[in-house]
Amino acid sequence: MKRFFPDFFLLIVAAVVVAWWITRPAMLTASEAVGVERPGDLANGELVFNAGGCASCHMTPGQTDRRRLGGGLALKTDFGTFIVPNISTHKADGIGAWTALELANAMQRGVSPKGEHYYPAFPYAAYAHANIDDLRDLMVYLRTLPAVSGKAAGHDLQFPFSMRRFVGLWKVLFLDAAPIVDNPTQTEAWNRGHYLADALGHCGECHSPRNFLGGIVQGQRYAGGPDPEGRGWVPNITAKGIGSWSKADVADMLATGFTPDFDSVGSSMADVVKNMAALPKADRLAIAEYLKSLPAVDGPTKLPKPPKK
Amino acid sequence: MIRGIFIAAALAAGLSSVASAQNNVIGERQQLMKGLAQAGRAPGAMLKGEQAFDLAAVQASLKTFAETAKKAPTLFPVGSETGNETAALPKIWTDKADFEAKWAKFGADAEAAQSAVKDEASFKSTFPNVVRACGGCHEGYRAKKN
Repeated sequence: MKRFFPDFFLLIVAAVVVAWWITRPAMLTASEAVGVERPGDLANGELVFNAGGCASCHMTPGQTDRRRLGGGLALKTDFGTFIVPNISTHKADGIGAWTALELANAMQRGVSPKGEHYYPAFPYAAYAHANIDDLRDLMVYLRTLPAVSGKAAGHDLQFPFSMRRFVGLWKVLFLDAAPIVDNPTQTEAWNRGHYLADALGHCGECHSPRNFLGGIVQGQRYAGGPDPEGRGWVPNITAKGIGSWSKADVADMLATGFTPDFDSVGSSMADVVKNMAALPKADRLAIAEYLKSLPAVDGPTKLPKPPKK
Repeated sequence: MIRGIFIAAALAAGLSSVASAQNNVIGERQQLMKGLAQAGRAPGAMLKGEQAFDLAAVQASLKTFAETAKKAPTLFPVGSETGNETAALPKIWTDKADFEAKWAKFGADAEAAQSAVKDEASFKSTFPNVVRACGGCHEGYRAKKN
């Protein structure tokens, strides 16, 4: 009995050390970040901004200027309430003092300049697949936007999700940071669409069901599921859901918000359409090309659930 | 005892008729919204160039829009927030003034378009602005829907 306690204690210490190491926030390596501080392309940066849907979450609520990124929007989920941060060029309240490398680490590794994990409500699991040149260009564009003062409030999360370090474990389980590689058997448009949908557009972040830890159920990617904010059901956008649509129908919906039946998409998709409408038509067609290639997958079964406030 | 049962039965009947009236109003507004989509379909196809421009059809659709905009706000009474697979979000009732103002603007835009649309060119410049209201309202007031 006397021997047991010291051993047990050592075991716990070892477990904590291992857990601490596993959950450490990992940054981009020097070779991964090559070129991130080169002068970028402003026009492409604006395209990345629109394709990435940054304004949909980060724009200051209650006003219509999509370039004012003061944050503050509350996202109410089963894990608690996330408050979207200020990413305007304000030096103290926003990200005005950030380097392009710090932005790349945030978007591709989910790590802040202070070396802390971000919660995956910020869709870095998708942005991780982005091309680093696009992120540098995005930084060039973000630096042209107005500074908005006012730091957003902190998140209000339930234990254990309130412990940021646990996100490290989430990353081990669910973050695949491999870049998207062109598939040579597919068309150029398909590859572009794959990149726009999976990396920048992060379509799968909403249009896929998640498990109880908030990880995407990979076998049902794009097959829709319950809205994490409890406001309805996110549609299946595999062939199961949009099989009857033409590619032009998909591209038109992204530009106008109207489905082939002239229904008008609602909720956060209405805002996504504002981002997508700002892209070149070829990019909307590319996304359509990719989405229409997704095989039919059944999503989770719908259970009646009253909408939350 | 018998009176008690009678009262309970009457109450239950009353409650269920209230509930079914609410289900009816939800069904009614769902039909009305479907009518909007149906009215928009032909002009939508004309905008995309999938269908030849037809002034009379466009005018008929705009008339449906204007009439719907008048009727719709009356179909969201208090008590019809949930049930019958409604996709209406609670914000409709917490932000009623804005919800009604948006319907009023849509109705006014549809009426103005009835006089503004005279040919294909005026149709193409006017119609998209009228139906922008759909997304503008669905963004805040309608749940995600498969």
